[in-house]
Amino acid sequence: MSSVEERVRKIVVEQLGVKEEEVTMDASFVDDLGADSLDTVELVMALEEEFETEIPDEDAEKITKVKEAVDYVNAHLG
Amino acid sequence: MSDSMLDAEIALVTGASRGIGAAIASELSRLGAKVAGTATTEGGASRIAARFADADSAGIGLCLDVTQPTSIEAALTAVEEQLGGRPTILVNNAGITRDNLLMRMKEQEWDEILDTNLSSVFRLCKACMRSMTKARHGRIINISSVVGVSGNAGQCNYAAAKAGLIGFSKSLAREIGPRGVTVNVVAPGFIDTDMTRELPEAQREALLGSIPLGRLGAPEEIAAAVAFLASPAAAYVTGQTIHVNGGMLMI
Ligand SMILES: NC(=O)c1ccc[n+]([C@@H]2O[C@H](COP(=O)([O-])OP(=O)(O)OC[C@H]3O[C@@H](n4cnc5c(N)ncnc54)[C@H](OP(=O)(O)O)[C@@H]3O)[C@@H](O)[C@H]2O)c1
Repeated sequence: MSSVEERVRKIVVEQLGVKEEEVTMDASFVDDLGADSLDTVELVMALEEEFETEIPDEDAEKITKVKEAVDYVNAHLG
Repeated sequence: MSDSMLDAEIALVTGASRGIGAAIASELSRLGAKVAGTATTEGGASRIAARFADADSAGIGLCLDVTQPTSIEAALTAVEEQLGGRPTILVNNAGITRDNLLMRMKEQEWDEILDTNLSSVFRLCKACMRSMTKARHGRIINISSVVGVSGNAGQCNYAAAKAGLIGFSKSLAREIGPRGVTVNVVAPGFIDTDMTRELPEAQREALLGSIPLGRLGAPEEIAAAVAFLASPAAAYVTGQTIHVNGGMLMI
């Protein structure tokens, strides 16, 4: 089973259509990876599906970088 | 339009037991889509299924109350299981009237119309759009009314809901256009269905006098506009309202 980080990065690559090497832990979805507002909503929904969890809106708003997504999943799962 | 134009599509048509919805369901099915048509009763649903079977098509009939979120989820699960996927074409056609002069209109008559004719569309679009945006393909077609644009005495509730649909559709068209999903409206005029058969004879005559083409429209004439919007030919049309009303109102 791949790590949380790998799974998150894979989703980001798929959702935003960016190259794997661009998806660094520090990359911001909007500023670095060119996501628009709908992309960010879809990204959170894809994370919800992958990790079979629900991410409340208040939390979703705070997930703006790859690292924040990984940290969120690690903190709320397992 | 050719018989196989919508071959890869799965269509959900609400309120397909009679009138306009029934005509839309048959037309989309004739063009090759796998269609789920809905009615509010099990009896209605099996009559829809029987119609599809008579026409030798793959369509199904489902029971759905558009005011109930759980009913919507159940219907979508049934579509997925029986037709092999979520809808790629959603036609929000179910609708009712509760006419009254505003002076006499009860809160309940207002609420029922807004819930059945407008909030239902919010619910169904939300439930269907995710799979469409993911697939980068989808068609949403909402059935409004000429009255939503012209206004009509005795229909403040209905006109508000039908006008609301147009603003809703334009906004959603802007939101999910970038994902290849179009959202359009068809606004019928005076169509020969149960809904208009309820009108008093005098009102019917007066209405006919205001229609340049001098007759009521047929449900099939609304279905033709819906089929166009669902077809590949309409790929570049979004956020629009097509008026099919015999010239009753010219925009
Ligand atoms: N006829 C016209 O002149 C005209 C003009 C402009 C716009 N429209 C619009 O066109 C659409 C269809 O009209 P129509 O004349 O074909 O109407 P209709 O003959 O009265 O049929 C209404 C359909 O909606 C279904 N329905 C009613 N309440 C529902 C609910 N809560 N949940 C799910 N389905 C429900 C009915 O199912 P059941 O059979 O199970 O009751 C039926 O299939 C409506 O949105 C209407 O506002 C009609």
